[in-house]
Amino acid sequence: MNSDLIQYIQEAKVSGMSDGEIQAELLSVGWNHGDVRQAFLDNISPELENPPIEQSEKIEAVVSVRGLIKHYGSVRAVDGIDFEIPKGSILALLGPNGAGKTTLVRMLGTLITPDSGQALIGGHDVIKSPDDVRKIIGLTGQFSAVDMVLTGRENLVMIGRLCHLSKLEAENRARELLIRFGLSDAADRQVKTYSGGMMRRLDVAASIIAHPEVLFLDEPTTGLDPHGRIELWHIIKELVAKDVTVLLTTQYLDEADHLADQIVVIDKGKIIAKGTSQELKAQVGGDVLELHLTDHSQAHRAAAAIEALGIEKPRIEELEAHIFMPVRGGASVLADAIRRLDQARIDLADIVLRRPTLDDVFLKLTGHVAG
Amino acid sequence: MKIISETLILVKRSLIRYTRVPQLLVFSTIQPVMFVILFAYVFGGAIKTSINYVDYLLPGILVQTTLFGAMMTGIGLADDISHGMIDRFRSLPMSRGAVLAGRTISDLLRNVFVIFLMVGVGYIIGYRFEGTFMGALGALFLMLLFGFAFSWISALIGIAVKDVETAQSAGFIWVFPLAFISSIFVPVEGMPKIFRLFAENSPITYTVDAVRRFSVNQPVDYTFWASIIWLAAILITFIPLAVRQFRKIS
Ligand SMILES: Nc1ncnc2c1ncn2[C@@H]1O[C@H](COP(=O)(O)OP(=O)(O)OP(=O)(O)O)[C@@H](O)[C@H]1O
Ligand SMILES: [Mg+2]
Repeated sequence: MNSDLIQYIQEAKVSGMSDGEIQAELLSVGWNHGDVRQAFLDNISPELENPPIEQSEKIEAVVSVRGLIKHYGSVRAVDGIDFEIPKGSILALLGPNGAGKTTLVRMLGTLITPDSGQALIGGHDVIKSPDDVRKIIGLTGQFSAVDMVLTGRENLVMIGRLCHLSKLEAENRARELLIRFGLSDAADRQVKTYSGGMMRRLDVAASIIAHPEVLFLDEPTTGLDPHGRIELWHIIKELVAKDVTVLLTTQYLDEADHLADQIVVIDKGKIIAKGTSQELKAQVGGDVLELHLTDHSQAHRAAAAIEALGIEKPRIEELEAHIFMPVRGGASVLADAIRRLDQARIDLADIVLRRPTLDDVFLKLTGHVAG
Repeated sequence: MKIISETLILVKRSLIRYTRVPQLLVFSTIQPVMFVILFAYVFGGAIKTSINYVDYLLPGILVQTTLFGAMMTGIGLADDISHGMIDRFRSLPMSRGAVLAGRTISDLLRNVFVIFLMVGVGYIIGYRFEGTFMGALGALFLMLLFGFAFSWISALIGIAVKDVETAQSAGFIWVFPLAFISSIFVPVEGMPKIFRLFAENSPITYTVDAVRRFSVNQPVDYTFWASIIWLAAILITFIPLAVRQFRKIS
């Protein structure tokens, strides 16, 4: 292990830099990405990792998670997670299947008890005072939880009443939400006649009927069409504008990119990166050169031809005849690449130089594509 | 009280379901009707009872209907668990007990309906209630208490197995022997010793015998009180067990 690196990270953390900023900085001064990542994973003394929660932070951060762990048998579904969400902001939890997103959300929503660690929601401990937590949260699980036999309106009124709204309040609120979620035409139909997307929207509506201060959404837009997704994004942004604090999980990188103030990438129960979308993208280094070939059998030759231009090895997606490679140096790289590919007699369908997306970040961090 | 209004909201939910899916009610009555016909016409001639067999059988069938109906409590809860409804309720600031009370009480109300329906079927095949009005109320009360108590046993099983099919088969495993080793269909006197011992002390037999006495206008005797004691013991045991199991859901 590289002790310089660890010392640098420790000092930077003490000086108050976020992990993302530190990583970006280390990469920009030429540290190898693998070493940096290892240093973050091996990390740093436990005191630094789990500093005690201070009073001032409590007020700032509406959600505060420290060293949360949950095992299922020998599987560590959630393996030591820390983050904080300031009031009125959105944190997106990003991770592939089985990363531990749902397990984490269910712990924060008081549905399962953590094995160890601490989570405070609005200052209430999820383990010690789950009832207080439930009064201020709304939770939409990964799979819709609405009564198929009742109508959409009946579902909302029922949940509202169970949250102790008066009959009138619950009815007014249900009407408001049915309109807002584009369900007023279907309001008095049984939910079993709804499409998957309609059911999902009703599900989200149910979780905000009692004006929660903190909202947990587990893959809220999975199964929605593009229009429905954008509509839901608007609704989430409206809530945040009214100071609701949101944690959402997603498989869609563009969703995290679009919505989140803060992104936490997890894999196998551990955080592998944390920061704003800008900070995460900075980790890829420069830009990304992307080739689309007409003939996938040429992929390896094409990769070899451009390899010298990259700051990392090119990645080949043979089936689709795509090649991706992080590069630095702007448009001249593009010209150089085209010349080399021409010399190697590669048939190009398309070539682009673009800013990195979260997909690139994700791939780099986990070694596989999201989803 | 919070828990009461929460329970009423959930009772309303279950009752709406019965009006939207009348099959739920229809199927829970087809089975007892088949039993009535089977026993009254097919086996009845071979069964010796002190009173007319139809008059003997019907109180038994009423209790059997509420017993089988109790299985629906566990099945309904397992269904709610597997469809995520229970998780939704658990994330709300509501009482844990309300979810269970809402279900068992709506099953109790369904029993009122089913009992009247089965009495109607009984009247078609010649059954007559010969007791007093107070006797009718006493019989109704005892049967509803019986159904309610067994609903809590069923609730515990439903929450423990969490899955509709398992709840269904797990239900039959205990309900069937209890129903047949009792005085529902035949007098216990004719049973082999060991079964007879079981049947004589079964809460089912006490309940059926007490209802039967109301039906033929005989005074209340120990069967009524033994039944009450049994049902109270079941409630005292199984309500806390079911609530504890509910809290353990994860
Ligand atoms: N009830 C459970 N019993 C046993 N193992 C579980 C249970 N729930 C989750 N796991 C395991 O914990 C790990 C994390 O699962 P989790 O559902 O939290 O992942 P996820 O990130 O939500 O995945 P997805 O994107 O597929 O929803 C997985 O390995 C999963 O198999
Ligand atoms: Mg999940």
